[in-house]
Amino acid sequence: MYAVRLWSTRHARGLELFYRRFESILLRLHGILSAIGYARLERPTAAMERAVKGFLFDCQMCGQCVLSSTGMSCPMNCPKNLRNGPCGGVRGDGRCEVKPEMRCVWVEAYEGSRRIPGGVTAMQALQPAVDRRLQGTSSWLRVVREKSAINKRTAP
Amino acid sequence: MIFEDEPVPGYPLPILAGHTSPGRLERVLRAGVFAVTAELAPPDSADPDDVYRRARVFDGYVDAINATDGSGANCHMSSLAVCALLTRIGYAPVMQISCRDRNRIAIQGDILGGAAMGVCNMLCLTGDGVQVGDHPQAKPVFDLDCISLLGIARMLRDEHHFESGRKITFAPRVFLGAAENPSVPPYEWRAQRLAKKVAAGAQLIQTQYCYDTVLLRDFMRRVEDLGLIGQAFILIGVGPLRSAKAADWMRTHVPGMHIPDAIIKRLAGAQDQAREGRNICVELIQECRSILGVSGVHVMAYRQEESVAEAIDRSGVLAGRVPWFPERDRGQPSNRAMQ
Repeated sequence: MYAVRLWSTRHARGLELFYRRFESILLRLHGILSAIGYARLERPTAAMERAVKGFLFDCQMCGQCVLSSTGMSCPMNCPKNLRNGPCGGVRGDGRCEVKPEMRCVWVEAYEGSRRIPGGVTAMQALQPAVDRRLQGTSSWLRVVREKSAINKRTAP
Repeated sequence: MIFEDEPVPGYPLPILAGHTSPGRLERVLRAGVFAVTAELAPPDSADPDDVYRRARVFDGYVDAINATDGSGANCHMSSLAVCALLTRIGYAPVMQISCRDRNRIAIQGDILGGAAMGVCNMLCLTGDGVQVGDHPQAKPVFDLDCISLLGIARMLRDEHHFESGRKITFAPRVFLGAAENPSVPPYEWRAQRLAKKVAAGAQLIQTQYCYDTVLLRDFMRRVEDLGLIGQAFILIGVGPLRSAKAADWMRTHVPGMHIPDAIIKRLAGAQDQAREGRNICVELIQECRSILGVSGVHVMAYRQEESVAEAIDRSGVLAGRVPWFPERDRGQPSNRAMQ
């Protein structure tokens, strides 16, 4: 919902903090999660993720979430799917070129990023092209899987 | 001053040390000279002469010609084809690549194809939304965005492989560009967006029209603070406005177009509005010349292309220099070493 989406960028700081805690809990649960099997968890987790993030951010389930680098404004709501910043068509009042009824996702992202410590720096990260195969999959599980793999590799 | 050997159409010039392309535009910019580029509107036609006719009006006044890629989401001859035609007779085109109409498979193919046809400059753009053009019923693609596109173009050139990782045998030797618009929100972040583009591989920046010099100077100050001057060549977008009414229409209908009220008032108060529009353009070009970090101007004069030469001439920014064009050195001894 558009109003909730705007609320989320206004509360970017708290939401980002909450997510980081949530992620560290998930990382600690890696052993249990992999015992159950990530493949088996995929569908229910994706459904839960879709419900929560859909409500808060109008999440489009791209499967490669970058909300922490976009001030909690989902870039997949940009009609051009831009993941690296706004286009040059933003209207003078900050509204979207394509959908003038909404504020530019990236104008929101910049405001949200400024509320998160280090958020503007995070916005400078170069985001690679979207992997369209991940559409509809759980970003949470992917992050836990990938980060745990890195932790395992770097562990003494 | 000579920045180029005499081009033999179809054959590339040698690549100078420290350059990434054999193109003349890169040579002019790296020589530290104020550069001029202009925009060519591709014709709604399959006749190559329509392209040459549109290019000829810039002869002797521009260092490179941009071929737009379905600008304003309107259908025209493809930028790749326009560029390929232009290189045939030695022109230096800038091939605009928009993410709106093609996915990464098509775009990477076009980058290789363009480079094979002698295109030395490629400008990576997001593209206007389909809703503003003549085919609002079309599917917007946007598989890439301008920054991931830059990254992929640089990957092809420097790492010699496709995004998939598959090797290419001969890399496209291109000078990579991107756009920026200092006149729209979020104003403060625009220079940082430029930094992002430079980090992704942009060597050349051509901006959207800048009629608001306060915003422009503010933007350039931020660019300087970020240490970006010298990392990319920045060409400021300028162009003549035909009348106050046309300017008002443009700012409400053309995405990303910001024209301050003062400019509209000045046009409305003039006896000959078109002439005043050209005067403003000349003044803007001269002002750009005086801003630290500005390497040139990019003139966009849609449907007034014939006025570009006069505006550049009056601005005096070429300082007597005559950029190469196919007939320039006719009758004069070639400055290219005999082979």
